[in-house]
Parts: sequence; C-alpha cells; structure tokens
Amino acid sequence: MSDQARADSVGLVIPEVYRHEAPFVLQCGETLDGFELVYETYGELNKQANNAILVCHALSGNHHAAGFHEPTESRPGWWDSCIGPGKPIDTQQFFVVSLNNLGGCHGSTGPCSINPQTGSAFGPDFPLVTVSDWVRSQTQLADHLGIQQFAAVIGGSLGGMQAMQWAIDFPDRLRAAVLIACAAKLSAQNIAFNEIARQAILTDPEFHEGRYREQGKNPDIGLMLARMLGHVTYLSDDGMRQKFGRELKSGDLSLGHDVEFQVESYLHHQGRSFSKQFDANTYLLMTRTLDYFDPARAFEDDLVVALSNALCKFLVISFTTDWRFPVVRSKEIVDALIKAQKNVASAVIESDRGHDSFLLQIPRYFEVLSAFMKRLQPGVIDAR
Amino acid sequence: MRADLAIIAELINPGARVLDLGCGEGELLAHLQDTKQVNGYGLEIDPDNIATCINKGVNVIEQNLDQGLDNFASKSFDMVVMTETLQSVRAPDLMLDDMLRIGEECIVTFPNFGYWRCRMHIVLRGRMPIARHLPYSWYDTPNIHLCTFRDFERLCRDKGIRIIERLVANADHVNRPLMSLFPNFFGAIAFYRLGSGSG
Repeated sequence: MSDQARADSVGLVIPEVYRHEAPFVLQCGETLDGFELVYETYGELNKQANNAILVCHALSGNHHAAGFHEPTESRPGWWDSCIGPGKPIDTQQFFVVSLNNLGGCHGSTGPCSINPQTGSAFGPDFPLVTVSDWVRSQTQLADHLGIQQFAAVIGGSLGGMQAMQWAIDFPDRLRAAVLIACAAKLSAQNIAFNEIARQAILTDPEFHEGRYREQGKNPDIGLMLARMLGHVTYLSDDGMRQKFGRELKSGDLSLGHDVEFQVESYLHHQGRSFSKQFDANTYLLMTRTLDYFDPARAFEDDLVVALSNALCKFLVISFTTDWRFPVVRSKEIVDALIKAQKNVASAVIESDRGHDSFLLQIPRYFEVLSAFMKRLQPGVIDAR
Repeated sequence: MRADLAIIAELINPGARVLDLGCGEGELLAHLQDTKQVNGYGLEIDPDNIATCINKGVNVIEQNLDQGLDNFASKSFDMVVMTETLQSVRAPDLMLDDMLRIGEECIVTFPNFGYWRCRMHIVLRGRMPIARHLPYSWYDTPNIHLCTFRDFERLCRDKGIRIIERLVANADHVNRPLMSLFPNFFGAIAFYRLGSGSG
C-alpha cells in the first residue's frame, strides 16, 4: 500500500461474518438451515443510524470493496476509487456496508460451504438463489447492524439490479437507489453469452458434474474460457483497439498458433487468474441468478407497475460504449420510473471503456454520483 | 433568478406536474419545487449541466430532444415548458405537436427575428442580425429555425393550436408600452402559453 493510497483510502479493513441462525426459505422453494454472510464496513454509523449505504457487488465481485486487507496487499478493494474519505461515497459522511452475496465463494454461504444435512460441501447441489433472495438476506444483515433504512443502496451491473429489487421489495428501507450500467432484465443476447460461459465450465473434463473438489480437481480451462468471453463483453471495440490494437507480444509475426497478439495474452492472463480465485459452481449459480432477474414478471411484465411501490429516489447511470447493458436498457428503467412518477435523475456518461466503465474513475461519472450522494447526507434537507 | 424564468414561474399553478424541455442548470424546476411543490422533470442534453441539476435536487434526464419524446405518455403533465430552445430543435412544428400531446398546456419562449434591430441589420447593413437576444454569428449559432412572432402565430393558426396568453418583452425580459402596440417590431422575446385547439 503506497502512501498516496493510504491517504485517501479507508485503510486496513477486517471482514466480519454475520450468522443467520434461522431457516431461510428461498424463492425456488428450498430451505437453507441458516447462512453466513461475510461483509466489510467503512466509516461510522451515526446515532440515528440514518447514514448507512449498502454497496451490492456484480457477478464476480465480493465484499472487499475498499481498503486493504494487508499492509502489503498490492491492490485495494474493487471499488476503492469510489469509496473512501472525500470520494463520491464519502466514508466521512456515510457508513458503508459491502457484503459477499449468498451463493458466493469468498466467505459467504455458497457451493463451497458444508451442507449441514450431508456433512460435505454443497457443490452443485447449492440451491438456486434469486436477486430477491439476496435482497432479503441483506435485510437480515441490515437488522443485525441496526440499520432500519439505508440512505442509499448502490450497485453496478448485477449490483444495480439488487438496488432496483430493494426499491421494489422493501420500499421503506431505502431513501435512494443508484442503478449503474444495469438493466431491468437480461436480453436474449446476454443470456446467450452466459450460456456459452456455462457450457465452457460444464463441458470441462475436470468439472466432474460439480464434484471437482472431492476429486482434487478444478475446471480451470472452463472457468478461464468463461472469463475470457465475459471480459470481451465488458470491454468495447474502441477500448480494445486503444488498449491493445494489433500489438504483438514480441517482435515479429511467427505465423503460428501460439499466443501472438497482446489482446490474447491479456485475456489468457485474466482467465487464468480468475480460474484460481473463483469457484465454478458459484459462477454457474450467479449467471443463472442474472438470467432469472426480471422484477416486472411478477407484475404482468409491466415494469411501471413493478416500480410503482417504490418510495425512494433514483439515480440511473449508463455508459456510451457499454454493449453488455447498453444505454437503451438504462433508458427503459428511467422511462418506467417517469411513468410511475418516481423521482429520478439520469446521466449517460461518455466513455470508451464499455461495461467496465462502472468500475473506473471517470471524472464526469464521479461528479454526477458525488452530486447525488451529497444530497443524501444526513442533515442535508431534501424534502423532495 | 433569471427574469424570464420568474415570468414563467408565475404562469404555473402550485402542485402542477411540469416537464421542462432543455432545463439547463435546473433553475426553473428547483424554484418551482421549492416554492410551488411542483413535481417536475427536466430534460437536458448538455452533460455539464446534469450534475448541476442533481446538486439542486432536480429530476434531470439526460436526453436529446431531437431524438423524440416517445418515452412520455400523452397528457401525463400539466405543463410542458420550453425556454428559448424551440428555435434550435430540428423540427419545431413537430415539437409543438409533441409538447401538446404530453401536456395539458405548454409554455414556449423564443427570440423574435422580426425585432426592429434584427430588421435594421438586414436592411441597412445587409448582414445577419446579432443582438443581445440573438448573440451568435451565422456560422456558430444553434438557432437553426428562427422566426418572427407573426410566423409563429401563423403556424399556431395552421395547426389549430390555441394561444391562451402572450407576453412580449425586451432582451431584459421587461415589457414596455410600445411592445404591446407593435409586438412583432418592438418585442425581442415572447412567452406563449398554448393549449390544444379543441380546449
């Protein structure tokens, strides 16, 4: 951790674990005897407990959103650029909660956990969890922390979908929802990409029908392919051209079949490191959770009706070159919110970095987010 | 507050649902929200204005007016406002149709090309007018559809748009006696309150 990183960072953080002791019925009908959620907090909860922010993670994210676990850790949490003292989500003002979702593989109960009924890991038998299940489990964590109402629930991509579900399922438990680079449901193209990623894992000979751990194996190749594919959809054509162009790894063309171009080398690296950190069953589970997300479905496919119960105000942000969840998908949400007569602001941020933009420090993006967050600070009178 | 916005604010009822097309820095909506409990949205295309609006607590939507207003339901607002923007949209006639589809009434303001100083520029100097209410050169002006008050009223008549109210002012948004007598000659800026013809 450099001095600079230390200066505007939340610093060293220690993850904590919330243990839910009661049975928890999932939307799919199955019941977990209980569960654990690993989470981190940054900043201080004030006396009125009205300055809490929930940050929801995306597909491959986790609870480690800001700060460092070790003084020697080379990279901070995944959204450290946005969360910290003086940053858009200002930890001098807000108490920020970030968790690893149910079904995750970074400490919360998921496929890698022991199934108390069998004494061995859940593996592929871990039940399907939905975004609604996640949100409900997050309310349990909020209760545990003494938070009746969040000042805001914030997320990008799949994280934004959780924020939307919060506004629909628990309208009186948040004052604002920030939906970044997300959509009200996946398109056929989105589902298609997820299915290719899943097939890469399922057909890996080391997958062993999800029981790879018992065999001492891991479907590294499948996970790597899934991540490589995902990564291409997170970037943009322009962004890739600028970052890699047709740069060669070394000197001249070898006209062979080995890794030749920089972009190949980059994807291989991303894929390989992902396969070491992420559990294949969790990846299958979370892509399914994404596919099934469709809050309008329970309201005769009418998103306006689905959102009509919401009480919070909304900020919807999209990025010009995002083709995973393009600007038009955010516009669908904004249009529905206007029709439902909700308070909403929207911004379309110019960026050449595709879907990944939501994780990046883009000045105008942060300016918009900061302006919105400032009005949510306790003590800032916002009657609207 | 800007003088023209103060005039518009007077024309809007408390508690009204207001859509402000080209809301700029959100000054009008912030004022209406604070003083008249108005529930409003502003559309704005300039990225630099979005954060400023959000800072004021205005419901600002980043949207290009020229790409249509299909996302707004018919008769979903009491008042649709467009301040000095009509002359820079691609199709002002269709824009007026859309505004009156979405709102019960609408308010438009625009600069008068028939203002006497403009006429003098063309007649005496043979050059495109530059005046306080029209500060741009011909090559950099966003105003691609300038008209006179008379042109505008002709369009309203042809379209069956009802002119409920008209206020004429100078570039400082102040009304002077001569403007009422010869608005198309002495008026620089007009405020029109419009309704659908049948009403």
